[in-house]
Amino acid sequence: MTILYITNGRIIDPAQNLDIVGDLWIRDALILGIGPRPELCADRTIDARGLIVCPGLIDMNVRLCEPGRDEDETIATGSAAALRGGITSVACMPNTEPPIDHQAAAEFVYLQAERAGNASVFPIGCITKGRKGAELAEIGGLVDGGAVAFTDADAPVASAEIMRRALEYCRMFDKPVLSHAEETELTRGGIMHEGGESMRLGLRGMPATAEEVMVNRDIELARLTGGRLHILHVSTAGSVHLIRRAKERGVRVTAETCPPYFTLTEKKLRSFDSNFKLNPPLRTDDDIRAIITGLANGTLDAISSGHNPQAHEKKLRELDQAPFGAVGLETLLPVAITMLIQPGHLTWPRLIEKLTRSPATILGIDRGTLKPGADADVTIIDPAAYWTIDATKFTSKSRNSPFDGMHVRGRVHTVILGGEVKQQAQG
Amino acid sequence: MLTLPRVSWQHRHLLGLEDLSAAELTAVLDMAEHFTHDADPPRKKRNHLAGKVIVNLFFEPSTRTRMSFGLAARRLGADVLDFSPSGSSTSKGETFIDTAKNIEAMGIDLVVVRHSATGAPHLLSQHLKASVVNAGDGAHEHPTQGLLDIFTIRQTRRLEGLTVGLVGDIAHSRVARSNIHGLTKLGAKVIVCGPPTLVPARIAELGVEVSHDLDAILPRCDVINMLRIQFERQRSGLFPSITEYARLFGLNTERLKVARPDLLLLAPGPINRGVEITPDVADGPHSAILRQVTNGLAVRMAVLYLLCGQPEG
Repeated sequence: MTILYITNGRIIDPAQNLDIVGDLWIRDALILGIGPRPELCADRTIDARGLIVCPGLIDMNVRLCEPGRDEDETIATGSAAALRGGITSVACMPNTEPPIDHQAAAEFVYLQAERAGNASVFPIGCITKGRKGAELAEIGGLVDGGAVAFTDADAPVASAEIMRRALEYCRMFDKPVLSHAEETELTRGGIMHEGGESMRLGLRGMPATAEEVMVNRDIELARLTGGRLHILHVSTAGSVHLIRRAKERGVRVTAETCPPYFTLTEKKLRSFDSNFKLNPPLRTDDDIRAIITGLANGTLDAISSGHNPQAHEKKLRELDQAPFGAVGLETLLPVAITMLIQPGHLTWPRLIEKLTRSPATILGIDRGTLKPGADADVTIIDPAAYWTIDATKFTSKSRNSPFDGMHVRGRVHTVILGGEVKQQAQG
Repeated sequence: MLTLPRVSWQHRHLLGLEDLSAAELTAVLDMAEHFTHDADPPRKKRNHLAGKVIVNLFFEPSTRTRMSFGLAARRLGADVLDFSPSGSSTSKGETFIDTAKNIEAMGIDLVVVRHSATGAPHLLSQHLKASVVNAGDGAHEHPTQGLLDIFTIRQTRRLEGLTVGLVGDIAHSRVARSNIHGLTKLGAKVIVCGPPTLVPARIAELGVEVSHDLDAILPRCDVINMLRIQFERQRSGLFPSITEYARLFGLNTERLKVARPDLLLLAPGPINRGVEITPDVADGPHSAILRQVTNGLAVRMAVLYLLCGQPEG
């Protein structure tokens, strides 16, 4: 029996509505409890004075690229990068080659994650076979293989009929359908947000409407079916508005955004740096304001990284040939703290909720809390550390970060995974 | 005499007219005058770029721009390499940057690049030590075409207060953007005209007037620049037919009756005779189309000279 004692930290656990300065006890792989325990003798003590102690972070929008694209990332490197970013659980997207569209593929993800021994990895299954949008994948088999949610990732289901059936069918397993909301007819050949900057640069645009049309369609289908819908990486003011209205009408919809969409705008493309080429694309200042408001008033439930690694040589191509996407596991927390806590948009408990309890609830996984008996996944944050993001130091296999060189506040101090100290700040 | 006046010039690359001030634009145009109008006959070969190596790196097909740059460089005494990868090295998986770095390793002073991707010249300028001239990137900019259009107008008109109509496919035109940036900085008023599917809604942010009615703006224009229509646009549903386009936005003798008698007509070419412009108008008294080609040479000589031929100090 090993006892780990974290003392004097500010313990924040939104699942218990808890925000106190105190002590956290861990016995072996489980949380023992919070508060003074004079009868216990600690094998190891971590002094968390001035630090924030919270449940291990959960990132529900991650690409680990295995199998099929291990030049970009593998389950081992991606789950190691997650730990580096204070994230103890990730849900990985099924747009691998071959895609995660059958039970064995989901089981393979668990197997590789267990071999790596880093952050826990929960596979997300495909809605349709081969992500082709034509026939439903064997969703029941995928659930047996451990899939926690369903999506065709960046190949959104074009057929409203198939999407309707997916929402209906997933109800049987109480699993959410995750929507990458993009009407691809309106974004074909697009490289960036359609607006003033795309006009100036002569680049093919992806209008905000392309996202909003699909958000609207999927909300209406969720209303029709009673299925559970989750909108991935919300990037526009219009989407925030639609989701808010749907929630008020009682539709079972949740939503998330990612740091680029509350931090960076279309203007970044003036540099022609393909690390700013994302899908959905970077939008405008007005959209950033709406996203932040949506986070503050609860319209947007979660914040995820949208981690999408691309090998350096792929991003070195011309803007129209470079792939979409940015890594994010190692920058999720500091960018969120810098952009949301520092200016006072969110309180600490609110931010931690969007990184722990909310994604756990959406995915229906037994994580994201410090309740006694829970898995001892704990992240300790130094809220006062100022540092500069340096992509060359990433643990991820890829370096395609839009935040490289950004001055940020807040840093992961210690990461505990299943009671084991996995990551600890030097000095 | 072969000597030229020294002008103040800070740029190592020419990537777009958006980056240049009015004074810098004027400096290039004035320098171009020396290559057409000074006592020295333009045919006489100069040696300002002797020993320099210039490479034409054209990832998109081009006849006149490539020839014009090649001739301009040779007139100034430079050695010219032509490299037109027909999807060759890039299709073997070599990145664009690798291709350019390999060429630079042969000892290149200046790269003239044309590419279908916006920003390709900018990417090169970040990775190469050589100077980079943008000879057209996607639908972004084509600065030497903009300069030669403006140069041609300036030969007979005062730019300040002049009204210039840009007609046609504005959305997909790099020539339009370079013209807009250059002309507005030099005090001209620009009207863009075409169907809404070919005129981006936000273009007014660049300080231009937007029109969809050629007959309405024609009497107000001192200059009309007819942009080439690309036929593949029709297939993508941006307008219903070539016939309808020509009826609404083509220039013919009948339509020109409402125009000013001294209207100056430009076209960046190659023109689709009978679509944007009927043959009698293209070859008629208003047309400066061939003069544009001649001026292109002088303008490109001026650009190459300023970027790598002007003596230090």
